[in-house]
Amino acid sequence: MKADQFALRDPLRGQALARALQRLAPERPVRIVHVCGTHEITISEHGLRHVLPEGVSVLEGPGCPVCVTSTVDLDRAVRLAEQGVAVCTFGDMMRVPGSRKTLDEARALGAPVHTVLSAADAVGLARKNPAQDVVFFAVGFETTAPGTAAVLLDDPPGNFSVLCSHKLIPPAVQKLVNMPGTGLDGLLAPGHVSTVIGAGAYAGLAGEHCIPVVVGGFEPLDVLYALLLLLRQVADGRAQVENAYPRAVSWEGNRQAQNLLATAFRVSDAKWRGIGEIPCSGLAVRAELSRFDAALKYDVPAVEGQEVVPGCRCADVLVARAVPSDCPLFGGECTPLTPVGPCMVGAEGACAVWHRHGERPAL
Amino acid sequence: MKVAAVEGNMATVEAGGVRARARLDALGEPVSLGDYLLVHAGFAIRRLDPGDAQETLRLLDELLAAGDEG
Repeated sequence: MKADQFALRDPLRGQALARALQRLAPERPVRIVHVCGTHEITISEHGLRHVLPEGVSVLEGPGCPVCVTSTVDLDRAVRLAEQGVAVCTFGDMMRVPGSRKTLDEARALGAPVHTVLSAADAVGLARKNPAQDVVFFAVGFETTAPGTAAVLLDDPPGNFSVLCSHKLIPPAVQKLVNMPGTGLDGLLAPGHVSTVIGAGAYAGLAGEHCIPVVVGGFEPLDVLYALLLLLRQVADGRAQVENAYPRAVSWEGNRQAQNLLATAFRVSDAKWRGIGEIPCSGLAVRAELSRFDAALKYDVPAVEGQEVVPGCRCADVLVARAVPSDCPLFGGECTPLTPVGPCMVGAEGACAVWHRHGERPAL
Repeated sequence: MKVAAVEGNMATVEAGGVRARARLDALGEPVSLGDYLLVHAGFAIRRLDPGDAQETLRLLDELLAAGDEG
């Protein structure tokens, strides 16, 4: 396995791919959008933008799950913790600014906030402490949501519930297609979201909106290969779904995970930070499981708060209308140590990735 | 990550000397010792065949060879 991983970083093949990409220089500017923080890490870490032909830009859209979590949901989690409910969430979420404070700041002031690696860890905490109410603040896309569904359907204890902020990728991409200033000529579709939903989930995007879609993996050659297929589609005037990551993604996806999602959740409208409400883009706990729905169990009103502070361009970065270095705060007032906006937090935020790798390509 | 042990719907997996636990609820297929799993946030979401990386390389080489001729 390890040898194969290195093979997918083979510099000779990388150079051959780079030459093939150069031969596909477009006649007009081409914007390729990806929606996955891990793709951004591969692209930035390996400097892949430098081998793209002139006129091709690759931009991150709403692909960082903690960045797109609305402050309404985040503020609710902070309030629950301040009321003494043990709030468990993934580490990336801890330092994301809410409209009042971060979960990390609430913890520093004594609120019971715990980082977990899995929804199952939150259930474990609830079982160990039957007198303590435990809420799992569930963020993430289709890759992460099956785990939350699995614990909801696995007879969790009565002191456990879920504050559900899971979101769905295809409706968000659809939204980008229709937004002014965010037009895309191709989608580099996220590898592991697609493991769950299947490459077929993008058929409408290709068929109805004529957007070329290629599902890509996360090694440098995976990404270059996917970009090559995308540029070929653009050059040929085709719009199809192609799968450049067949070792982890099938056309149908993971049926078992899809069944878990359908059994535990219903599709709901959801608010995305910096983007606003997107119809049918979120998951909510089904009525049959409402006793485990923290939004119903606790009286924590959904209060509209400030999503993005003035001057911060996260809202544009999240829809691929700007790159991190376009923001006047980037690298000055806003750094990974002192994040102003959500995109500078965590491993997957576009600004955090650019800051780490010093990437400043021209748009 | 490579499966080192399986107990009910829980596997012990390891990669690069790191051991972790992974639930198998979301997988929908049986798992054997030595299998490779794609694990996300504590849940396996796909069984991987180590040979499939070679398949990706083969497809890529084919594509590049075809491009050189054209």
